[in-house]
Amino acid sequence: MCLGVPGKLMSISENNAAVVDVNGNQVEISTALTPDAEIGQWVLVHAGFAMQVMDESEAEESLALMLELQKIRESLLYEQ
Amino acid sequence: MNNNKAIVQDMIKEIQSDRQSISMMEVCGTHTMAIAKSGIKDLLPDNIKLISGPGCPVCVTAQGDIDAVIELVQQQDLILATFGDMMRVPGTRSSLQEARSQGADIRVVYSPMDAVEMARTNPSQEVVFLGIGFETTAPPVGASIEAARAMQVSNFSVLSLHKLVPPALEIIFSDPDIKVDALICPGHVSLVIGLDPYRELVNKYQKPCVITGFDDSDILQGILMILLQFRQQQYRAEIQYRRAVKEDGNPVAQSVLKRIFKEVDTRWRGIGLIPGSGLEIREEYIEFNARYKFNVPDIEDVPIKGCSCGEILTGKISPHDCPLFGSACNPLNPIGPCMVSHEGACAAYYRYTPLRGEIR
Ligand code: SF4
Repeated sequence: MCLGVPGKLMSISENNAAVVDVNGNQVEISTALTPDAEIGQWVLVHAGFAMQVMDESEAEESLALMLELQKIRESLLYEQ
Repeated sequence: MNNNKAIVQDMIKEIQSDRQSISMMEVCGTHTMAIAKSGIKDLLPDNIKLISGPGCPVCVTAQGDIDAVIELVQQQDLILATFGDMMRVPGTRSSLQEARSQGADIRVVYSPMDAVEMARTNPSQEVVFLGIGFETTAPPVGASIEAARAMQVSNFSVLSLHKLVPPALEIIFSDPDIKVDALICPGHVSLVIGLDPYRELVNKYQKPCVITGFDDSDILQGILMILLQFRQQQYRAEIQYRRAVKEDGNPVAQSVLKRIFKEVDTRWRGIGLIPGSGLEIREEYIEFNARYKFNVPDIEDVPIKGCSCGEILTGKISPHDCPLFGSACNPLNPIGPCMVSHEGACAAYYRYTPLRGEIR
């Protein structure tokens, strides 16, 4: 039910009516909850609304965080 | 998230080498489904347990509320618009699907805006949208109410059975019968509510809360982040699912929630009344509240005989412990909502691990 799918914003017209591309399908959604979203950005779509602008750079950051975690774990192992 | 094989293998090795005894609850039904599908449970060492939580909106809807919806469609001349998950949920006497085959006008929609549009194009018919879901779903429903007002669509209303997740988590952490050391927190609820509600929980109970995404690598990383907190003995609310969840959530969605809804006490299947865990439409929008418009009855909960959904939703037992699982109760003939909903724990287990006997 809380399923969300990423889609790329293709167009935004009046009253927050927008079109996103989800896996090659054009889906009509509303951007009423993400008024700052811009065409070309990725958004997470749920129940016909864009719920959040997705941050691609965060995906890389996530990887960086993981490598960081690895370092911390290693240092903890040495302490033991 | 990078699905790099080597990293995933490293993460699995790392988790397998951990000797701490920890049980983690994946709060969200979408996580239950993703975990069952990935087979991650089979890879975990015996000392790390994953248990399913109350994060399936259809499953936690009180039996009495389901009966009230069915009574509404049977007694009033209206169109009920609902997400598909609700159709086969058994009420005490019938399901919405059965009510439809007996003539009730029930239509499955993908978005609450579809219901507003349905009302606009059928001006002589009342259209009621069945509002079921958590903080992820309630803002779209609230925004649809605002859109209906702006477009002066007065034959649209919502029966709000929405629920808030943090009050249920408070129950999970505070109930001595529920043994949960840490929470894998719901990715999509959190993209609305952000990190603060979990910070409060961590401050109060000193147990890790990590907002996690839905890829296999996300889930493994979420588990590792929790294990690390235990090793450091420093408990925090953290975000693993950073590409979608911001620390302060979605303030626009939060303000829609505040404008349209007020917090009320509400009943959850298997848990009972949780103070401040429900969302009712505010008086300012009363003309969009189907509960008043149609005098929706308050019906007592009559538990489904033999169904243990309630215990499963609070992590007290696993679906495999239900004597009806897989035999009398299966997806073709579901007895409880946990077998009906796509993200119900019973449905997830039936689909991916139907035969396993032990609880993990
Ligand atoms: S297997 Fe069926 S009867 Fe048993 S708890 Fe799950 S839904 Fe209820």
